[in-house]
Amino acid sequence: MMRSLLVRGMLAGLAAAAVALLIAWIYGEPQVGHAISFEESQAAAEHAHHAAGAAAEAPEEEVVSRTTQKTTGLITALGFYGVAVGGLFAIAFAFAYGRLGALGARATAALVALAGFVAVELVPFLKYPATPPAVGNPDTIGSRTALYFGMVALGVLATAAAVIVGRRLTPKLGLWNASIVSTVGFAVVLGVVYRLTPKPDAVADGFPATVLWDFRLASLGLQVALWATLGLLFGYLTERAFEKQRAKPEPVNA
Amino acid sequence: MAQSAVPSSSARPAPVRVPVRDILPWAVFAAVLGVVLIYFVGAEQGATSLFGGTWVHEFTHDGRHLLGFPCH
Repeated sequence: MMRSLLVRGMLAGLAAAAVALLIAWIYGEPQVGHAISFEESQAAAEHAHHAAGAAAEAPEEEVVSRTTQKTTGLITALGFYGVAVGGLFAIAFAFAYGRLGALGARATAALVALAGFVAVELVPFLKYPATPPAVGNPDTIGSRTALYFGMVALGVLATAAAVIVGRRLTPKLGLWNASIVSTVGFAVVLGVVYRLTPKPDAVADGFPATVLWDFRLASLGLQVALWATLGLLFGYLTERAFEKQRAKPEPVNA
Repeated sequence: MAQSAVPSSSARPAPVRVPVRDILPWAVFAAVLGVVLIYFVGAEQGATSLFGGTWVHEFTHDGRHLLGFPCH
């Protein structure tokens, strides 16, 4: 059981990464390109300004070409991310299935994907949204990385807590009211944390606002596509497998 | 009401839970592996470096920006 769930999760994750890759190419890469041209024009202006003193400065060496970053690099990054998220998704599904009322495989997978998207992407995104190249001060990368992953951890904990509290309250309040109470609690906790955490955001002067907005929309859209594909495809495949299992007589060594 | 004890064949059978003790070892393994994979895609050679150089950072550069990780 766990084996087939995990295999299915990783495959669905890979398919989800392929869909995300399309979004990245169509909507994301043009914005990355604009941001890099802005970065280069800034650097050129800076260089011209200090030309006298910094004549000996070597031009930045290119470790990986832009073409590789856009193709093999992006494909590899998204592929690994998809497989990792898909495997973790399968584990979360195994915990959720049969424990969220009488929901079937498809509905459980859809809910787990929604919860996963909120926990891992939406919660950190609302406070620390994705940044294109040239946005963000390189000196603060340490604290920004720590804050970002801290926010991911908080999203996972708060979402898990909301689900557990909602389940506990359901017998007393009914499903509708229990869901409202736990969601409001979730929103209040996040609202407080958002207000208290620092925001080391540094948008360079003159960076085009439309590029920043379009880049962030592309990043969010890519994640929506990834989680939606993962949840729906995993649900479809699992429902089909369970139906096949029911159709044939119970094996002795299940 | 004796008949109601026998489930009709058309009714959806109740979902069967996977016992927690069956999930746990997989959960630990997948969590460890998943975290390592996500670390290499999202953060290696950014804020922290296990390997020297910038190749991993540059290679996964676009993925990091677009997935929403702080890159540089």
